[in-house]
Formats: sequence, C-alpha cells, structure tokens
Amino acid sequence: MRYRAPDAAALLTAELDAFTAIFHRPSGITHLLASPAREILALLGEEPLDGDMLLARLADRYDVADATRDALAARLDELVVAGLVEPL
Amino acid sequence: MRHQFTVRIGPIGFRVGSDWAAPIAALQDLYRYYPSPNLPDFTVRLEATHWWRRWLRPSIRIGGDYMLPEAAPLPLGFGLLAAEMAMNLQLALGGRRYLLLHAACVARDGEALLLTGESGAGKSTLATLLAARGWRFLSDEFALIDPETGLVHPFPRLISLKNAAIATAIAARPDAKLGPLLVGTPKGDIRHMVPDALAVGAMDEPARPALLLYPRHGFAAEKRGVPPAESFVRLTQASTNYVAMGEAGFTALTRLVRAVPAQAIDYPDGATAIDQVEALWRTR
Repeated sequence: MRYRAPDAAALLTAELDAFTAIFHRPSGITHLLASPAREILALLGEEPLDGDMLLARLADRYDVADATRDALAARLDELVVAGLVEPL
Repeated sequence: MRHQFTVRIGPIGFRVGSDWAAPIAALQDLYRYYPSPNLPDFTVRLEATHWWRRWLRPSIRIGGDYMLPEAAPLPLGFGLLAAEMAMNLQLALGGRRYLLLHAACVARDGEALLLTGESGAGKSTLATLLAARGWRFLSDEFALIDPETGLVHPFPRLISLKNAAIATAIAARPDAKLGPLLVGTPKGDIRHMVPDALAVGAMDEPARPALLLYPRHGFAAEKRGVPPAESFVRLTQASTNYVAMGEAGFTALTRLVRAVPAQAIDYPDGATAIDQVEALWRTR
C-alpha cells in the first residue's frame, strides 16, 4: 500500500524545540509532531511511497536507521487517524 | 432595554442593557473614567428570568450573542458580577480580532509580562501587586494578542478579586476605588477594583511580549524553564478562541512562544512571587 501526505501548501509548520507544530489548513486542526512523524510527513508530501520505500528514504535522508517496519506501520496508522496521511 | 451603559475597555466596546437600574449605576460609577465606544463590539443583556422577577426575589439571566447554556441566573445583588461575567464571555467566545489568552498582563517600558494559569493561580493578585510597584497594568484576565503585529493590547477591565486576594490587593493599593463586596457568589466572595489611572490612561498603548510566566500559588519557591513546545500546548489550552482563530491563531501563537522566554514559577506568597518575577525580568 502506498501513502501520501498533503503538499506543503496545505500545511503551516513551526519548529518548536524537539517538536514541529503543524496547522492542517483543510481541517483547521493543529498537530504537534515529534520525530520520525514529521520526517514521514515531509517525505510523503514529496511523492506517494509504500512502507519499504519510506523506510529506505528515512534511513537515507534523515538518518533514521533504527526504524523497524512495525514501528513505521504504527506511526503511519497514527498519521492516517490524525488525517495527515492518506492511504492510496 | 430600559437601562443602558456603554464602555470601551482597550480596543473592545461593550453595550450593557439591563431590566434594573442598580447594575447599570454600579458600572457607570466604576467605569466613570473609561471612554465610550464608537460602535460596541458586543452587547450584553441582564434580563429578569420572568417578568415578575423584576420585583419579586429579582433574578438575573445573562443574555448576549455568545452564551454558555449552563450559566445559572444570579440574584440581583450580584448584578455587577453578572455584567462582568457576561462581558468576559462575549469577548472570550466571540472575539476574533485578537488571539485571546487567559492571562494577566503588566508592562514596563513598553515590554509586557504575561502571567497565565488556572483560576486561583493568583493572576489578578500578582498583576495588582506588580501594578502597585509601578508596572503598567494591562489586564488581570485576558491578554489580547494582535495576529498582525504580535503586540499585546491592554484590556484593563475591573480587577476581579476573590476571597483572600481582596485584602491582599487592598493592602497594596489602599486608595483604589472598589465595588461592593459580593459575599457568597458561586466563586466565593468577590470584590471589583478599578485599575489605576496609568492603566486606564494608557489603555490604547499595546506592548511587546517579553516574558511568559506560569505561576502556581501555595508551593515552595521554585522555577523551571518552559520550552516552546510546552508553552504552545499550555497556551492553546489557555486561549478561549485559538480554534476559532484558525491559521491566524496558529501563526500568532507559534511566533509568541518562539520569541518570548517562558518560566513556570511556584510561590508560597505574594511577596516571594514579586521577588521571583523581578529577578526573572532582570535576566530574561
């Protein structure tokens, strides 16, 4: 299954120490994300990816090397429930 | 309605209509040095719960554009409290020009100190004590953050003193003009204090937020830095209109917490708190 996130224009973001505050324009809801959720959102905002591709890019681009497939699936589920990521 | 009163408190104009003369007379007396608005932003109605209740055990129902369904009627003796509560409520629920933070605010040299916390944290008392020491009082209840500029606008409504804070505030400002002592309200004893002349005279002068404090009363003196993300979460909860403000609220609040240092302070008594505040202000 592939996932996608809204493009950058749909989100307002502000870095707040260890967190990123995100205002999701379509819903008007504010989210506070920690790593690796914010990196997942950034990658899926560029293009839709499946779990394996996402895992590889997280390791590649953000040095998130210790992410497991199960942990990533849990984070993706949370982002789907929050309405920030959409399964395709 | 048969009795009317208008007032401008900082940038916010109110019109209060009442079935009775007494609450209007009290408002006119206590707000006598405040200007009138060109056009009121909010209208408040103090109505008899039934027509015959204007005379027999008079009971006030609060009316306005924005209401809480569970707001219980108050006896006529608490008319001033009813008016103040209703005015606050209209602003809290209906205000859209400013991000509203449930915070007391004082300023020095154009820079503002915001004190936010739960009811009972001592916001009104601390703001009054600081004002008595020369700080400019902006508000004991709401900090009005302008989303365009990030500045905090004064809202120097009557200071709502509760229970033990009444004596503390009067000791700090023995010459202050006071409303009647309201005994046994739903929040205990309440007495309104008129802000000082400096606060009223400068109610159109905003200030730049420079320090955010989260005070907590009744504990040994302690302080702790509050990181921006925690401040952000606390202030979304302390705002009455963050969600309604949408994108403007997000932008205003993230800017505030990134630009302004924040500290949580525990304090055992007012004198200790003032020392803590002055020390933190010097090293902000």
